[in-house]
Parts: sequence; C-alpha cells; structure tokens
Amino acid sequence: MSTQTLLRNLRTRSALLRAVRDFFYAGEFLEIETPVKIPAPAPEEYIESVTAGQGEFLRTSPELAMKELLSLGVEKMFQIGSAFRAGEFGRKHREEFTILEYYASGWDYRQLADFTARMMQFAAEKILGKSDFVFDGRHFDMACVEYITVDEAFRKYAGVSAFEADKDNSFDEVMVLKVEPNLGKEGITFLCDYPAARASLSRLSRSNPLVAERWEVYVGGIELGNAFGELTDAVEQRRRFKEALAFRASCGMLPYPEPEAFYAALDRGLPDSSGCAIGFDRLTMLLTDSNDISLVRFG
Amino acid sequence: MYSASDLKKGLKIEIDGAPWQITEFEFCKPGKGTALYRCRMKNMITGIGMEKTYRPTDKIDEPNIEEREMYYSYFDGQNYVFSDPTTYEEMTVDPAVLGDKAYFLIEESLCNFVIYNDEPIEISLPTFIEKEIVETEPGVRGDTATNVTKPAKIDNGYEIQVPLFINQGDIVKIDTRTGAYAERVSKA
Repeated sequence: MSTQTLLRNLRTRSALLRAVRDFFYAGEFLEIETPVKIPAPAPEEYIESVTAGQGEFLRTSPELAMKELLSLGVEKMFQIGSAFRAGEFGRKHREEFTILEYYASGWDYRQLADFTARMMQFAAEKILGKSDFVFDGRHFDMACVEYITVDEAFRKYAGVSAFEADKDNSFDEVMVLKVEPNLGKEGITFLCDYPAARASLSRLSRSNPLVAERWEVYVGGIELGNAFGELTDAVEQRRRFKEALAFRASCGMLPYPEPEAFYAALDRGLPDSSGCAIGFDRLTMLLTDSNDISLVRFG
Repeated sequence: MYSASDLKKGLKIEIDGAPWQITEFEFCKPGKGTALYRCRMKNMITGIGMEKTYRPTDKIDEPNIEEREMYYSYFDGQNYVFSDPTTYEEMTVDPAVLGDKAYFLIEESLCNFVIYNDEPIEISLPTFIEKEIVETEPGVRGDTATNVTKPAKIDNGYEIQVPLFINQGDIVKIDTRTGAYAERVSKA
C-alpha cells in the first residue's frame, strides 16, 4: 500500500464523516457518545468481546447504551465511534473498527431502511458528486435500491429455504458462499425478515411471526450494516439473552455478565423504535474503491 | 492439531490422510453469524485444488511433514538414491516422484525434499543446472533472436527448445522448475 493512497482515502473518509453528520443533523438526530469501556457486552452467540481489565469489556457496539438513552426519552440519535470484536481480522474485518449507529423512536424498520438508503445516496453524492461509482471493477448506483427477504434470497441464489438452512445449521455457510455474492449487485440491497431463530435483538413481525423485523444492507456483496425493529418486550429479551449466555457457556466461550443497566431500561420501557449499525470503514471502502479495510483506516 | 484460527495462506494441513497446502485464505463473518474461515487449497501430492470452509470450533489435523536437504548419489537401476549430507543416510526415490526432473539430476547436487509420512512428495532441484548440448541442427551465426527456437538434446537424451544460435557442444543453463532453456553458458 502506498502512503499516498492511504492519505487520499483518509481525506475522503474525513469528507464522508462530515457528510454523514450533515445528513443526521439535517434529520434532527442528536449526536451522542456512550462509554467504550463497559461492564457487560450484549450477550450474543457469535460476537466476541475484547476484555478491558477486571470485569470490564470494550463495547462490541454501542447498542445497549443507546437503547438506555431511548428509554430515557432521546427520540432520534446517532453515534460514530470505535467498537471492538475479538478475533476478527480480514479484508473486511479488524478487531477495532468504526461503527455508525442510529436509532429513531416511532419509526418501523422499513422506514429506517428508506432513510438508510437516502443517507448512503447523500454520502455518495457529497463525496463523488453523483450516486454511481466503481468498486472493485464493477459499477454500482446508490440510487438503485432492492428489497428481498432472506427466504427469497436463499431460494433464488442457493435453491434452499432459509428456514431449512437454519434448522440444519448451514445458514451461515449458505449465506457467505451462495447468497452474499449476489446481494447489492447494482446498488443497495436490503436483505429483510430473518428467520425468527435469528431475530437477535429484533421483534418478530406482527404479520408473520416466523420472521423477525431485521434487515442487513449490502452493496457489492459487502455487508454494510444490520438493523432491527427493536424488541421492547423485557421478558422476551431476557429470555433470549439467557439463551445466548447458556449457549456461550456450553461452547466454553468467554462468559459475559448480564447487562443489568439495559434490563433496567427495558423495565422502564423502550419506545417502539428502529435502529441500525453501519460499518463505517466498509462504507468508506466502497466510496474510495478500496478492496481492503487497511486502505481506509490508519493503524 | 490446528484450530481454525491458525489457518492462513501457506499453512499445510491434513485431510483424510492427504497433505494439503492453503493457497488462498479469507476470514468471513456474516452479520450476527459464526465466523467462517474460507480456504482454497492444493493437494500436495496430486496438485488437485478444492475449497473448504471451517468454523471456529473446527480442529484440523497437522500433517507429518518435514523439509530437509539431500544430495543426489546414484541411480540403482530402478530408483534414484539420495543421501543426507551429514548422516549419509540414504533414501530411495521412485522415478514417478521426480518426473522429468530426473533428467536434471547431477551427482552431489543438493536438493530440497518435502517429506510426508517418511515418503518424499516433492523434490526441488537447484534452480539452474548446466548441460552440454549433444545434438542439434547447426547454429545460425549472428541470429541472436531468442524467440525462434529449434529442438536440441542433452547428454541423457532429454529434448529442449533452444535459440537458433546454439551449436552442438555448447553448454547451456536449464531452469529445472520448468525444464526450459535459460541461457548459453559457453560456446563449443
């Protein structure tokens, strides 16, 4: 990698930070900061936290803290900052990376998808002067937006049902090898409605409880972010976290304490809301035509 | 045993009793899903390629592979015999393992062996060897073009393509990795 390339990309990165902030400020989102060092990460099956000394962790995302703020009455907010995930290293992964996370009370997950598409279009236009661009030798347009459900995508690209793949424990392999390369082929793809077993922190769909109000957004086969119609049911959320903690214990993974402050927020009451986390480095990769994260981050 | 997190480009692993070397490696992780270690690999004996994806909990066998230098001693009529430069311990090698490389063996020359379960599976000769051309059409004087070639034989009958200016009795350098002419060392 040449220093020149990195410096050029860091200038674009700076412009992108500014464009994203402009977009959120124009939408009357409050920019907030929450602690990076926390007492308990979100109990998730496959997200490994970096420990930070006695009984503390580096956040894997600011999700729980931002939901505490939702419960305290902040209606629309965003945050740009570092998050840490142990053991993740590759062309699109670093243990330390930059996350752009945002929440809006009263919005459902589809509204949040439309908003996210507009944010990415706005960013591309600010940086490149247009919504279309070339990444890794292929042409994309942020104005071209596609919605597909997880099950439709699995059937179309892998010839299997997403529910079957989930049951026989091949979901992740099928996703990576067969489905992901076909997502965001021309622009932005929202992969929507995950099987209920993969709801994570999202609520189940009221019209179809087999799926969850969750989407992931892709451009050029690259997963840029994950969003939920937020689960507000305190009992159900505790049940899912206990299940995740039990799974972690059964696999001998690092034990996490229960996130008590977040439970208190759920008991206080979370408003109906949606939230999304975007990998800011990956968005920068796309808009600078960089095929490795090391080209868009210093250090 | 290796863990999946040990996987990387160049690593040698064992699958179903065969040695494989990873030629391409990518760390993948779909959203909230499990990490996947995606590998392209080459069978170190047959050269066949394949793709395989591992999860973090997978364990992978470590092949019993050693690399050592041996020098070429002699042909016993069926096999090639190599010797360890310090212990003089001998190892016989089936001609099939060497293939055309057998034509470039020079006594006392050090070769690099990759040994799997005590059997040599890959032998690298010194990259360049010098051989005398024993048979070829007379050279075309002054024609220094190297892209026009003609056949020529070395002492053991192996045929290579050489530039037109090469004559019988010239000493040439041959690249043992490709078996191709590299340059002229001296004129007859």
